[in-house]
Amino acid sequence: MMLAYTTSELTSIFTMQGFAGLSLFSVLLLMALGLAIIFGQMGVINMAHGEFMAAGAYTVYLCSTLTAKFAPAFQPYYFLFAIVAAFFVSGSLGLLVEWGLIRFLYKRPLDTLLATWGLSLIMQQTFRSTFGAREVTPTLPDWLMGSFKPTETIDIPINGVFVMGLTLFITAAVMFFTFKTRAGLRMRATVQNRMMSGAVGINTKVVDRLTFAIGCGIAGVAGAAFTTIGSTGPDSGSRYIVDTFLVVVFGGAASMLGTVASAFGIAQTQSISEFFLQGTMGKVTTLLAIVIILMIRPQGLFASKVRRA
Amino acid sequence: MKTLRSTLCYSTAALCALLVSGLPNISLIASESFPTAKVNTTGLAVTDTEVTVGQLHSATGTMAISETGSIQAEQLAIEQINAMGGVLGRKIKIIVEDGASDWPTFAEKAKKLLVNDKVAAVMGCWTSASRKAVLPVFEKENGMLYYPTFYEGLEQSKNVIYTGQEATQQIIAGLDWIAKEKKAKTFYLIGSDYIWPRTSSKIARKHIENVLKGTVVGEEFYALGHTQFGSLINKIKLKKPDVIYAIVVGGSNVSFYKQLKAAGITSDKQTLLTISVTEDEVLGIGGENLTGFYSAMKYFQSLDNPNNKKFVAAFKAKYGVKSVIGDVTQAAYLGPWLWKMAVEKAGSFDIDKVAAASPDIEFKEAPEGYVKLHNNHHLWSKLRIGQWATDGQAKVLYESGLIEPDPFPKGYQ
Repeated sequence: MMLAYTTSELTSIFTMQGFAGLSLFSVLLLMALGLAIIFGQMGVINMAHGEFMAAGAYTVYLCSTLTAKFAPAFQPYYFLFAIVAAFFVSGSLGLLVEWGLIRFLYKRPLDTLLATWGLSLIMQQTFRSTFGAREVTPTLPDWLMGSFKPTETIDIPINGVFVMGLTLFITAAVMFFTFKTRAGLRMRATVQNRMMSGAVGINTKVVDRLTFAIGCGIAGVAGAAFTTIGSTGPDSGSRYIVDTFLVVVFGGAASMLGTVASAFGIAQTQSISEFFLQGTMGKVTTLLAIVIILMIRPQGLFASKVRRA
Repeated sequence: MKTLRSTLCYSTAALCALLVSGLPNISLIASESFPTAKVNTTGLAVTDTEVTVGQLHSATGTMAISETGSIQAEQLAIEQINAMGGVLGRKIKIIVEDGASDWPTFAEKAKKLLVNDKVAAVMGCWTSASRKAVLPVFEKENGMLYYPTFYEGLEQSKNVIYTGQEATQQIIAGLDWIAKEKKAKTFYLIGSDYIWPRTSSKIARKHIENVLKGTVVGEEFYALGHTQFGSLINKIKLKKPDVIYAIVVGGSNVSFYKQLKAAGITSDKQTLLTISVTEDEVLGIGGENLTGFYSAMKYFQSLDNPNNKKFVAAFKAKYGVKSVIGDVTQAAYLGPWLWKMAVEKAGSFDIDKVAAASPDIEFKEAPEGYVKLHNNHHLWSKLRIGQWATDGQAKVLYESGLIEPDPFPKGYQ
């Protein structure tokens, strides 16, 4: 079977397959970043993470509708602003949720699981009541939807490149924030030793609130970016949540680098096994590999060096 | 029949109301000539003036996206039936229950409708999973279910009328058309991983290999909700099939078509035939991502016949000009009408008599055109091929003759 192809054809397929793997990697990473901050840094199991992504996606939809109505000429550019808007919408929602719900549950991690799951159901039904049960499509600018053809047989999807670029940018920004700014320093300090941080004058409550809001905001950005490759519906979020937790847990909960490595590993395994096996079997292979590795290394790929109180 | 046809001419609710207020005596007479004691011997919720039916769909949860259209169409049909005097002189009252996309809930609500509310019929269910969950309830409590979705077949019950197509009706004629029209020999089958796509894919494969003498170069199933199709798309590029045969559903659908387009697989280079995209799905996918691809369905909103024009106008008058009507929505609209005709043919609301009277009922005013109920409780119907345009509507390119429903197809199992 393979003999029937020319070398250049095979090269093209491998190039595109390599890109497919990288593209899946950036999708997984972008999904997981927000959760890695919230779960990794705060220990809060946020089951409503997917719904914060959906909130971002709906923000893009709203922006798209408003642009089409009031400023059609702005259509090719609105998407970039919509992403920023998505960050602030989901971020402020996060702020509100932390203030109204999460802060009462820090000492009861299992209850946050239940509470955020309930929150996710409430948010889903809110989307359904507000935007309708049907999926919506924001009108995306044309420059995002085509494919880039370096040679006759290679097609690189532009939306894939866009998501990849955005992931790189967000990852860099998160790293910069965590390791190079005062706020990041306070966040890391609070994670490592909450009592001592409080004693040296860090307002840990404000830190918690900001961390949660930033995590949610990044989820919103992810949701906004995924309108280019997926669907926007009331239950879009629940489609992402499993993969998201998979990446974060597999990477080792408190390690940002672990999240990156884990997203890369899962994406490559999945995309390669999907190519050589069949759809569902690809997923099965990936999950089996993860289960086996987690049995050997329950703490995930990168062990957390945090002293647990 | 004559009153039915003339009433349908009045597409707006206002006109219907006028008509009814002008003819109060007819319903009175009808009600008197069918005394309640005679037409209802099993204790159903039927009074001298009213008959109660149930409606059981998901108004909440993941399936609400698909079932909303069915809910609307059934209510429209019932409203129209009431406007022309109801059934045996009795107005239809609806009890709406929400299955909430949860199969045990469906079974529980079905039991409530049949045992507590004693409804004369239920319009409901959408997924095969929900139908399988309520089937034992309907058989045990002896209820009547009108099920609207096209589905995998392999089922037949005295207590269910299937108003959508079973798999062979939808698949075989479509494959024949594409093989002839596009001289297609190689097929790539792609589906979501559950019973309907799997059964459909099996039927398609048998037909391609045994009848069309073609080759299946790939057959794959992805979990419901799968969103990343990069690897699959590369395999399609490698195998270069004449036809992609897609049975992908739900949110995956949107990702699948967006990513196909982004990878440069468009209708000018690739033929794609699907049995899982109706006007409802196109709303989510976006017409521009589907332009030029084909769907095989029994109904498209753009069908050019007088029945359909009236139906579309009435639907839009009630639910807004932007609403769209997909295959299942139309099939759901048939349910109340078929029930009304069966009751009137039987002269009784009794479930056994309605079930016995159902075969051979003809509905000439169906938006999809003429349909007729088979002994096996499925409909004789046509298969159409529609080609999608940017505006989210399909242009009908082909129409088969009436196809006999065959839920247990020999040689395809």
